[in-house]
Amino acid sequence: MTENFEPVIIGFTCNWCSYRAADLAGTARIKYPPNVRLIRMMCSGRLDPSFVMKAFSEGADGVLITGCHPGECHYLEQNYKALRRFLLMRRTLAQFGIEPGRVKLVWASAAEGVRLANEISKIVEEVRALGPLNWPKWKDNGVHKIALHELEEV
Amino acid sequence: MSANGKPKFAMYWAASCGGCEIAVLNIGEKILDFDANFEVVFWPVAMDAKYKDVEAMPDQSILLTLWNGGIRNKENEEIAHLLRRKSQILVAFGSCATEGCIPGLANFSSTEEIFHAAYDSISSENPEKLRPQYRTQMPEGEISIPEFYPTLRTLDQVVKVDYYMPGCPPESHQIASVIDLVIQVLQGKATLPPAGSVIGAGISTVCDDCPRQRNVKLVKKFTRIQALQNPDPTLCLLEQGVPCNGPATRQGCGALCPQAGAQCIGCYGPAEGVIDYGARLISAFASVIDSTDPDEIEAILDGIPDPAGQFYRFNLAGSLLRAGMKSWSR
Ligand code: SF4
Ligand code: SF4
Ligand code: FES
Repeated sequence: MTENFEPVIIGFTCNWCSYRAADLAGTARIKYPPNVRLIRMMCSGRLDPSFVMKAFSEGADGVLITGCHPGECHYLEQNYKALRRFLLMRRTLAQFGIEPGRVKLVWASAAEGVRLANEISKIVEEVRALGPLNWPKWKDNGVHKIALHELEEV
Repeated sequence: MSANGKPKFAMYWAASCGGCEIAVLNIGEKILDFDANFEVVFWPVAMDAKYKDVEAMPDQSILLTLWNGGIRNKENEEIAHLLRRKSQILVAFGSCATEGCIPGLANFSSTEEIFHAAYDSISSENPEKLRPQYRTQMPEGEISIPEFYPTLRTLDQVVKVDYYMPGCPPESHQIASVIDLVIQVLQGKATLPPAGSVIGAGISTVCDDCPRQRNVKLVKKFTRIQALQNPDPTLCLLEQGVPCNGPATRQGCGALCPQAGAQCIGCYGPAEGVIDYGARLISAFASVIDSTDPDEIEAILDGIPDPAGQFYRFNLAGSLLRAGMKSWSR
């Protein structure tokens, strides 16, 4: 089953650096796997951890957060804030059972198209190895979507 | 209206602790106003009544039902549907019903782990390792108990809810003012808030009611409040490194805990507009950390040994992810 598994990765990019790096990778025809869906933000500091929770709860297998290198954020210190949120979020998600390998933080400048493409390939392979996350699509006002345990069999 | 002309009232407890019922009884003399204006038709903790009595009532015949507790098993679910049918106004009352609360924390555990804690752990006397069986043959025939679900759900994840009243438990003065409001509505002196509103609480955060000073101070260390050297009674707890959940928690209690020298643990649930309570706290805690170095940040984060418990103590079942993988994965 994992052989045909194509992971869905949501990639959050910064307008000033990683989004341009991805753009550069495109214009320079650098290949990277199509599994990542990029979302552009103005800065990695805009990344509200709820975006990541939402991504996982709605079917993502992995999340890639990207931003400008330390010291190069266009809004001064926001990428450090992203770093602190990321580290705390990764610990919290691990307690939910979401492996640390499914959420990554990568710095990439506008010139680093090749580097970003490599990082994308890396996370796609790592998540592929972890397998599908399959977070339940909770269905409200009705029956439990997930099958009920037959407790006698436990 | 009933025979004596008074509108009917019901209160029910599902997966909960009973604290919400005590909070209702704690409203003091208001209980007399309440009694003068309502006929209690169903309230298992306070009076004897059977489910079949409720089933026999016409649909929509109960004006107001306060529901506390999460939906943990099939019985909770069936009664939620029953009381929804019979009630005009259904209020998710208290943290368990609105967001899962402490019973909802079991959504981090598998059913087997929950049963183990309940029946085999040190706190239970069960030498024969008995486990409840759903169906048991008796001479008189088969008897059954309700099925236990793998996750706990909030009331509005099961039926439509008209109003939400947060708090673990809701503060008695907030309950009294909600009862006052309903009585005024009955007398034509007030109108009900829009359906779906949160009642008996504010919209902002506990921090907004907290008298402690905030100075944008950053911390190098998180610490348990008991371990705090020279606690400053006037300074924000979070800025002293104590993990305080005030920044994401709805105002409604009057910031009781930080005024008593304890951190807010979040019993009033998410403030208005907070999509995911834990996510909001992750941002808040991350912003007081005084470091830009990954290793140092990790060391500081070791001061929060159980982040998921810290951030979702009351809100796990109501959060975006709702439950840890152990509870639902096969
Ligand atoms: S974080 Fe806690 S102590 Fe600080 S202002 Fe908010 S409620 Fe008060
Ligand atoms: S301060 Fe926080 S934990 Fe304490 S009563 Fe208020 S909302 Fe609940
Ligand atoms: S502008 Fe790129 S991370 Fe802040």
